[in-house]
Amino acid sequence: MRWLIGGAVVVAGGMVARRLLGGTDQGDGHRQRGQARRRGPRWHVATVNRPAGDVAPGGQLPEPLAGLGDAVEVQLRPAPGDQGTEIAVRLRDGSRLPVAAAARRATGRDPEQAIRAALRESKQLLETSEVLHPDYPPTTEPTPMNKPLRMATQQGRREGRL
Amino acid sequence: MKALVWEGANELAVRQVPDPQLRNEQDAIVRVRRTVTCGSDLHLLGGYIPFMEHGDVLGHEFLGEIVEVGSQVRKHKVGDRVVVCSFVSCGKCWYCQQQQFSLCDNGNTNPMITENVWGSAPGGCYGYSHALGGFAGSHAEYIRVPYADQGAFTVPDGVSDERALFASDAAPTGWMGADLAGVKPGDVVAVWGAGGVGQMAARASVLLGADRVIVIDRLDNRLEMARTHLGVETLNYERQDVSGELLERSGGRGPDVCIEAVGMESHSSGPQFWYDQVKQQLRIESDRPIAAREAIYNCRKGGSVFVLGVFAGLVDKFPLGAVMNKGLTLRGAQQHGQRYIPMLLERMARGELVTEHLATHTMPLDEAPRGYEMFKQKLDGCVRAVFQPTS
Repeated sequence: MRWLIGGAVVVAGGMVARRLLGGTDQGDGHRQRGQARRRGPRWHVATVNRPAGDVAPGGQLPEPLAGLGDAVEVQLRPAPGDQGTEIAVRLRDGSRLPVAAAARRATGRDPEQAIRAALRESKQLLETSEVLHPDYPPTTEPTPMNKPLRMATQQGRREGRL
Repeated sequence: MKALVWEGANELAVRQVPDPQLRNEQDAIVRVRRTVTCGSDLHLLGGYIPFMEHGDVLGHEFLGEIVEVGSQVRKHKVGDRVVVCSFVSCGKCWYCQQQQFSLCDNGNTNPMITENVWGSAPGGCYGYSHALGGFAGSHAEYIRVPYADQGAFTVPDGVSDERALFASDAAPTGWMGADLAGVKPGDVVAVWGAGGVGQMAARASVLLGADRVIVIDRLDNRLEMARTHLGVETLNYERQDVSGELLERSGGRGPDVCIEAVGMESHSSGPQFWYDQVKQQLRIESDRPIAAREAIYNCRKGGSVFVLGVFAGLVDKFPLGAVMNKGLTLRGAQQHGQRYIPMLLERMARGELVTEHLATHTMPLDEAPRGYEMFKQKLDGCVRAVFQPTS
């Protein structure tokens, strides 16, 4: 049965790699055949189940987002259907080659990873007053089989589709 | 502390692991008194859900006593006897406020995996892999319970541990299936699977006023249990023509509501079982949806099909044509237990909902690997194996 797990991890790894290379989250305007595709910074958006006045009282964003400083643009708007407030964040700097972006994501140095983490943590703080931590100390131990999974979970809040 | 850990596909061991710690102010630590196997654990055990690590503690359906609380826990105190919902939910996000607790935005510390695989991340679940948060499971002496005010429920004095244990997962999952499938007085309801969740879905259908409830399985002891304890009709698919019987028992219409309580390792007596088994082993499809196909096929026109069994990925030969052309409502969910558990505990206290019969085998945690073997192979009539980590 181990090969089953190994196969699935390879498939999952392929999906992550595809995403790291920006294969599914690009707008049509970034898809151009026959030339290097440059990525413009996209908006990362989370909806928080709180009114806008609670999201940024006096214009002060929650600490995880405020900590990103002038490197990002932030927009707040009411979510339709009384679902709270949409927080949209994107980098201010210019476009980047997907390979360079993928390299930074793989090494955990992509600023868009920091945006995802800041958005998720801000949402949790606003909605629940705390950031939920994983269990510690862990009961697991590293093995060659679970190394890819461990690498993936270390980026648990910094990656994904947000 | 002592815990049952996953050490690889079909490899379990009881060994020492670090004690859990309070990690958030809304956490509690619970000393586990009873914890029970669930059919969905078998998908983890067999390696069908590839997000387990060597050393992960299994178990998500449990009851115990609070021994430590974080500074922001308001509803509970040390010494409370609680049953804990298997899903970790914050109670504050939009989904929780819609009472769709298993869809919680904040209960999964590791949303990346499920966002990539399914498009969005559901909440977390104890002992159910790193795809659902990586929380240590309940087959241990102690467990950390995040958002304790939301997920832990004090058990009324008149309800025994044996009965209340199943308010953690099997009973609310089954109730949710009947409720969200829209079971109403006069309905004919068919339930595929006579395990714990299927039996609870059948009982919920009875209590919601269904006229006839028919449970389908291949194991006579489980069908006998359903007839005796739930007051429902049964069909053994190895000896009876399920489609013909369902038509006959529903006036030729087909059941109004069909509930699938089997999941991704479904069995069948026909060649379709081998078709799906081969494809699953070759990883051409990840899940065997035999009972789901039957539920869709047999449901009446305009009826409702609810998928309660756990599925993880992709299925083959899915009868989408029947769903569309018969105008079916197809729905599924992990359990929104926080929505139902207080009501279920009240019904348990009144004797309307009995569950003790599900616990066919009770043993110390040290014997948990044997318990899982019995549960997996259905040995000695095992329906659920209950472990007692602490006396």
